[in-house]
Amino acid sequence: MIELENVAYSYGGGELLSDLSLSLSPGSFHFLTGPSGAGKTTLLKLCYGALVPTSGQVRLFGQDRRAMERDDIAMARRRIGVVHQDCKFLDHLSVSDNIALPLMVSGRDLLNEAANLKELTGWVGLRERAGALPPELSGGERQRAALARAVIMSPDVVLADEPTGNVDWEMSQRLLRLLIELNHMGKTIMIATHDLALIRAAKSQVQARVLRIASRRLQLAGADL
Amino acid sequence: MKLDLSPVTGFLLADAQADRVVPPTGFTAWLTLFSAAAMGFLAVFALALSLATGRLADRWGNELARSSTIRISAPEGQMAAQTQAALRLLETTSGVASARALSSEEEAALLAPWFGPDLPIDQLPIPQLIEVVEDGAGFDAEGLRLRLAAEVPGAVLDDHTRWRRPLVRAADRLRLLGWVSLVLIGAAVAAMITLAANAALAANSQLISVLRLVGARDTFIARAFVRRFTLRALGGAALGVMLGCLAVLMLPGAEPEGGFLTGLGFQGWHWLWPLVIPPLAAVVAFFATRTAAHKTLKDMP
Repeated sequence: MIELENVAYSYGGGELLSDLSLSLSPGSFHFLTGPSGAGKTTLLKLCYGALVPTSGQVRLFGQDRRAMERDDIAMARRRIGVVHQDCKFLDHLSVSDNIALPLMVSGRDLLNEAANLKELTGWVGLRERAGALPPELSGGERQRAALARAVIMSPDVVLADEPTGNVDWEMSQRLLRLLIELNHMGKTIMIATHDLALIRAAKSQVQARVLRIASRRLQLAGADL
Repeated sequence: MKLDLSPVTGFLLADAQADRVVPPTGFTAWLTLFSAAAMGFLAVFALALSLATGRLADRWGNELARSSTIRISAPEGQMAAQTQAALRLLETTSGVASARALSSEEEAALLAPWFGPDLPIDQLPIPQLIEVVEDGAGFDAEGLRLRLAAEVPGAVLDDHTRWRRPLVRAADRLRLLGWVSLVLIGAAVAAMITLAANAALAANSQLISVLRLVGARDTFIARAFVRRFTLRALGGAALGVMLGCLAVLMLPGAEPEGGFLTGLGFQGWHWLWPLVIPPLAAVVAFFATRTAAHKTLKDMP
């Protein structure tokens, strides 16, 4: 689905990632960890085509990122759900409309999708808050809304960047359960986090591969996790 | 060459979903509305100027081009004989459809605007005027002048060319000025809407990054802005045209004594012309915003 082969990425004159290879196969579950500034977010951006590698090759659903036109990237994004730490909502639209945004941009009729939207809003526990505006939501509610938006198109891959960064332990467990549930539905999941407790909690529930970025390279994490 | 109408049809199909994603407020909304209204107002006057000068040029060009005047200045005892000689000469001149001597009442009427209605014309040494109407081919003015000089020494031919040409030329220039003004107004609308669209796109860079994150194509994002700016330009121009037409209505009516200045307005079906301005402004806004949006989106990472 998403493959990185000998990828390097430089920014501002310095190399941030070097000789990095990764393959996200269907139904797999990955954690990506590493210290702040190690390049976790950069790696996720490479995975959803927001960045172009300095060298090496990134393939999104079989297409070379460098050869992809803007429209190709847009189409690939519809198959990749992204949850950002800061969520990135449109503040003038309701929570429900923000969750439905991927449907709007892909030209789907929202009336036909109303039942799915309602079900999804309930799945993330935001049915009562569907009419609220994003600034009115708590940190946990925002993260759940972002997750709902990421999965409404039933994407093949969900990439989450520090999804539990701004929420308490209980909420982070709830979000984790939702992501594991998605994985059980066959979705490929990759979560970038520095929260090792979250990773330990997940390993008892799902078969996850834990990757660590250290010294600009990607390594399989050891038994300490 | 096949014309690609998909942007227009996409717009006409009213993609309300694309429209919803752009926040409804902002100074660019007022800027677009105001500039479109101001330009619509000015466009009405430019159009009125063009049409009025066009009418004037046509009138001067067509009506006056077909007539000439022969003025006979002779001693009182010879006036009638020279007039008859001139009329006989005109009867044998090819290109002359008709010729007749003006009566003293007609000459008095011509002088009335300057000397009043009670001018004792019979007691004044007023020249006799002969009105000559040309046929389609027209006559040889130089040849006629030579024959008049030989046979009617007191006659002078005035074929109006000397004063008519600069007037027609001036009217044509004014008409051209009106059309150039309309083109400039259109260009100014395009420039202002491009600026406003660029400002709106820059102010919404966060929104654009969110839309791209969830898989929006540039066409969808551009359409959201294009639709909004087009409708604002249409509304603003409609308002400006309405006010412009009211202002033209309040101009003095066309009076013969007023000449050109009192005829500066619309006549008859020409009142329909201003209706073209709002759709034209919308078309200009559509293409200006579309070009600006696609360029900005292309430059955005």
